[in-house]
Amino acid sequence: MALRSRSLGLAAAGLIAAVALTAARSSEAVVFDPETFTLDNGMQVVVVTNRRAPVVSHHVWYKVGSADSPLGKSGLPHFLEHLMFKGTDTLEPGEFSRTVARNGGNENAFTGPDYTGYFQTIARDRLETVMQMEADRMVNLRLTEPEVLLERDVILEERSQRVDNDPGAKLSESLNASQYLHHPYRLPTIGWRHEIASYTMADALAFYEDWYAPNNAVLIVAGDIDAAELRPLAEKYYGSIPPRDVPERVRVQEPPQNAARDVVLKDARVRQPYWIRSWLAPSLNAGASEHAYPLEVLSEILGGTSTSRLYRALVIDQKLATSAGSYYSGTALDLGTFKIYASPRPGVSLDELAAAVEAELERLVAEPITPEEVARATTRMVAEAVYARDSLTSAVRSFGAALSTGRTVEDVEAWPERIGAVTAADVKAAAAYVFQEERSTTGHLLPADGQAARSANEDAEDDA
Amino acid sequence: MMRERAAGLVLGLWALALSVALAPTPADAASRVEEVVSPGGIRAYLISEPMLPLLSVSVHFKGGSALDPPGKAGLANMVSGLLDEGAGELDSQAFRTELEDRAVRLSFEAGRDEFTGSLKTLTEHRQRAFELLRLALTEPRFDEEPVERIRSQIQADLRRRSEDPGYVASQTWFETAFPDHPYGRPVRGTVESVAAIETQDLRRFVQDRLVRDQMTIGVAGDVTAAELGPLLDLAFGDLPAGGPPIEVEAAVPAVSGTVVVRKPLPQSQVMFGEGGLMRSDPDYYAAYVANHILGGGGFTSRLTDEVREKRGLAYSVYSYLYPTEFAPLWLGGAGTDSVRVGESLEIIRAEVARIAAGDISAEELEDAKTYLTGSFPLRLTSNDQIAGMLVGMQVHDLGIDYIDRRNDLIEAVTLEDLRRVAARLYDPEALLTVVVGDPPGLEG
Repeated sequence: MALRSRSLGLAAAGLIAAVALTAARSSEAVVFDPETFTLDNGMQVVVVTNRRAPVVSHHVWYKVGSADSPLGKSGLPHFLEHLMFKGTDTLEPGEFSRTVARNGGNENAFTGPDYTGYFQTIARDRLETVMQMEADRMVNLRLTEPEVLLERDVILEERSQRVDNDPGAKLSESLNASQYLHHPYRLPTIGWRHEIASYTMADALAFYEDWYAPNNAVLIVAGDIDAAELRPLAEKYYGSIPPRDVPERVRVQEPPQNAARDVVLKDARVRQPYWIRSWLAPSLNAGASEHAYPLEVLSEILGGTSTSRLYRALVIDQKLATSAGSYYSGTALDLGTFKIYASPRPGVSLDELAAAVEAELERLVAEPITPEEVARATTRMVAEAVYARDSLTSAVRSFGAALSTGRTVEDVEAWPERIGAVTAADVKAAAAYVFQEERSTTGHLLPADGQAARSANEDAEDDA
Repeated sequence: MMRERAAGLVLGLWALALSVALAPTPADAASRVEEVVSPGGIRAYLISEPMLPLLSVSVHFKGGSALDPPGKAGLANMVSGLLDEGAGELDSQAFRTELEDRAVRLSFEAGRDEFTGSLKTLTEHRQRAFELLRLALTEPRFDEEPVERIRSQIQADLRRRSEDPGYVASQTWFETAFPDHPYGRPVRGTVESVAAIETQDLRRFVQDRLVRDQMTIGVAGDVTAAELGPLLDLAFGDLPAGGPPIEVEAAVPAVSGTVVVRKPLPQSQVMFGEGGLMRSDPDYYAAYVANHILGGGGFTSRLTDEVREKRGLAYSVYSYLYPTEFAPLWLGGAGTDSVRVGESLEIIRAEVARIAAGDISAEELEDAKTYLTGSFPLRLTSNDQIAGMLVGMQVHDLGIDYIDRRNDLIEAVTLEDLRRVAARLYDPEALLTVVVGDPPGLEG
């Protein structure tokens, strides 16, 4: 029932991974071949034409996310995302959704650490209706106290469902909060429970007035439309909104990590232990960003598939784990993480798993990744990316994530070329740069003391 | 759309007007559905679309986990995890490497009534992709290493799911509703039943169930009818013609009432439901509309409005039709603060009673129709979706022109139909409800 959520972005890890993997196509010169322009008020517009069905997917992404939460109000951007459905000067509460539904459209919204997005997928001839409503709520949001308080209860239930009911999600939240000692990526996208309970209408409106402006937004439309068709509509509805001063995204930066950290979560409900290690890593936007593309390739070779090094060693050869893999996304605005995870088979301790993972990382030095391994991985990654074009939303997510974090349309289009240019030496250098013990944070999910562990868990959780 | 309306369907004038205003059905795509019969006699529905250099194949075999032998629940599911783990001359790693190096996506899945496969490939690797599909279906190796590895993965997954309140609610619902029927057994089995599955069971499943007379195929993407025929023979021509009959007794939920599975959780997970309608029932489309009004997609259903929007009791609350072949159902779910479960259940029951009593307005019917007809093309925007639709059209015998006719079937539903079907479908007294969590004062 994920489609009913209004906060898909809580699964930020998954979304970003999908974005990273989808931003490409095989040997052709372009990926999605978008058209792009900027309105006079500074709003960027991207159009990806796909005439498969008489349908368009219309997205507005704001360049603000949960890492921009005011101090003491973690998750406020996600709360505002929910409240954006509550009405404007001309729309009753809930009327936005009812109108989209009456027009045969699907809609939702999501919040991630670096962005907040709203979308409707709808028949081509209904596009103008949703553009009019989306532009309206960019500036005319109207809230009432009872609605705000009810929605706060909904958010608390959302938090229970996503996090508090799930020991694995709780570990993931703690791992993340420990990995980032100082940077606001430490905050859960949905917010800490006691801070959610403190939200007021004034908090939400202040945040809205600060950040929601055309010059801080990106319009992306994919489907049965081109730029010549979209431009008059975009100018009419969004172009008429005056630009406003928007705060700079000033985020405190992470200090160098000098000590490895351990996070242990023991819960009587855990019947499947789990081990995960996270290292601070450069992104395409921050830190030693020359390592970002090589890290994508490293992750594919080390733990991206069932023929990867970690899977073969831990799952097939040594039979210690039921699953093992790695995960990296370079799309964060600030420093990202590289993660390795494994789930033990019955009778295998998490320490044994850790030792086996460490041995594999040492093997990277003794038996470096070969040019053949790199060629295999990059060929596959680039080929897989062709599939992204068989979807209205892949292109939108790729451009939305890039443009919300300071990258460009050209960066997305150049992904296959840049992945294809990665060499074995690049991968080796990136691995040496990232895999330093003192930069790591390790998570352990275990049954309560005195309870027998029965085996392992493999969900790559939200890592925001 | 109007001119494609099936004869004999009576539409109100307002419905006609709407169907004119909202006519986004991809009639061009729909009317391009071709029935392909290969030289070897394998049938498939195809929508050929050369826009992108890739294609999707969906294959469906009747007979799923409901046929798992006693004590070996999870057999069909375990086979689904092993068909792509080594076949023919290729051991597991060699097979996986072939798939990965060509970016061929191949996967299988078991449901209660069916076993399905999905193949997605770039045009340049099409031939080899169909060969690999043939190997997976006809010559799976079931070597000891992958069998034990996949078994351990399934068991780990089952342990993890045993911590998941939503999974526990669903399993408990089916066990309670179908104590003596195969639908009461978990599709993925249990840690114990999966331990009992032997290699010969896996082989027998393949031999008995992956057979041509239970098979349905849908293909969408970059392939012509002429090109597809030989590929169909390549992938499916070696399958046996038939297997043992599929024998599952018809059933209805055995009990109603409330069951509480007590767990110390901040939020309780609720599952509710009762008997429903067969997919082939003449009132199916009316039921589909009724469900949309009660608890269907989007943020506009009665359940979402009453439970979430008006009271903030849940993040998610919904209902859906689950027209299984041998015991059709409708089901629903919610996640709600343990302290307020009683209140949520009262509201849900009251809404079921209200719709059962026929309290449905013409405006609600109109809104449901505009959504359901207008959103239909959104389900046909990728090759995967279309291949799946083409399979469903054949499995449920909907006709090759179904994509053109489907919205007319929705438009034809009248308020009288809706009230008649709601009275049949919804009975608050017959609801079986499972609560997983720690609701105070709720017994069961």
